[in-house]
Amino acid sequence: MRRMERKFMANDTGLVHPLWVRITHWINACAVVILVMSGWRIYNASPFFGFAIPGQATLGGWLGGAILWHFAAMWVLVGNGLLYLVCSLISGRLQRKFFPLSLRALWADLLAAGQGKLSHAELSHYNMVQRAAYLFVMLDSVLLVLSGLVLWKSVQYPILRELLGGYEAARRVHFVAMSGLVIFTGIHLGMVAVVPRTLLAMIRGR
Amino acid sequence: MIKKTPQQIAMDGEPLLKDVLKDVGRHLDQPMRRAFLQRSLSLGGLSLLSGCAIVDESSVEKALLKVSRFNDKVQAWLFDPNRLAPTYPDSMITRPFPFNAYYGEDEIREVAEDSYRLEVTGLVADQHAWTLAELRAMPQADQVTRHICVEGWSAIGKWGGVPFASFLRRIGADLGAKYVGFKCADDYYTSIDMATALHPQTLLALTYDGQPLPPRYGFPMKLRMPTKLGYKNPKHIQAIFVTNTYPGGYWEDQGYNWFGGS
Repeated sequence: MRRMERKFMANDTGLVHPLWVRITHWINACAVVILVMSGWRIYNASPFFGFAIPGQATLGGWLGGAILWHFAAMWVLVGNGLLYLVCSLISGRLQRKFFPLSLRALWADLLAAGQGKLSHAELSHYNMVQRAAYLFVMLDSVLLVLSGLVLWKSVQYPILRELLGGYEAARRVHFVAMSGLVIFTGIHLGMVAVVPRTLLAMIRGR
Repeated sequence: MIKKTPQQIAMDGEPLLKDVLKDVGRHLDQPMRRAFLQRSLSLGGLSLLSGCAIVDESSVEKALLKVSRFNDKVQAWLFDPNRLAPTYPDSMITRPFPFNAYYGEDEIREVAEDSYRLEVTGLVADQHAWTLAELRAMPQADQVTRHICVEGWSAIGKWGGVPFASFLRRIGADLGAKYVGFKCADDYYTSIDMATALHPQTLLALTYDGQPLPPRYGFPMKLRMPTKLGYKNPKHIQAIFVTNTYPGGYWEDQGYNWFGGS
């Protein structure tokens, strides 16, 4: 047991992200870019908010093309996401990296971040803001998949449909969850620009 | 069909970027230079990341269509013939119910009631053509269900007519065949899987909201399936055929998913 733990301790090997984390991370990044851009084109076919997404930011060229991209990339997101979650649970990485979660510590870290005092010295250790953000994006992705499932198969999944408030409500849930993912991605990329070492670690592992 | 997106930006920019980096690098002290290179590497990573999305060739399109055919199979597997779409009270009917077709409202076809005959061909025992009176004489059912468009919007309407399963049985259709195809007076055509054709909520709709189907909703007859997206619900149906040969459809041939069901 002790040995198992040591094996997964990042500092012992100098490894910040094991290979499976890096692979699933980059596959996920590609799938998300495709899903968001094609999803925006699909949204534009019948926008339910008072705006459309600029065409240059969309993928697929027309509704049919966008749907082809969207319904191909969804398999990648779901398969890759499940692989990540299973590996995360089995290896104990999920519990080790993202827990415990403390609201008080989160608040303290948020304050520190606001003052530019939150340290990124140790890449293998996630502060409370990171833990909360990464857990948020995992849960948000699950919500995206479930609401997407309702839009795709609203007759086949009646319980899920009613939980999300019906077909029309599920469209909004899907959009809001997408917005959450895009906002997360923006902040995520901003942080990578501020601390470029994190990108190297996600490519090389250390 | 799928929009071509410029993909050269990152590559063309690279030699130039390298030159600039070299120049700038000479004027920077060592730690600063390292930070700068690292930062540009991060940007390189970002362009790689977006590069995933801007690959575009006909082979990609072929692969996407292949996945779409795979999705047809998954959807057929997920489809539960006993699962009913939700029904709604009359008070929730969307008024006016939207018009939707591959053409504008000024091109709505008018089909003459007296000369209308529904042709039935393919793997069916009784191939006689049906008059509207004969269709109206069959047992009728009605439903208030949600029509979901592939564009995402939806509307609730009330349709009445002949349950399609009883019609297929009546004409002695081969219920083990794979496809039921439709040819329409507005030159539209589509086809569906047999499981959906036999679904209890699939109707040969003759009325809308208790009145004979108006031309805008597909007079004299449309196929109404709350388990399928709008483009799978053909209007002005003139001919029905049962077959094992994949018949495609107007939108399906352009890339819309064939199963198109919910």
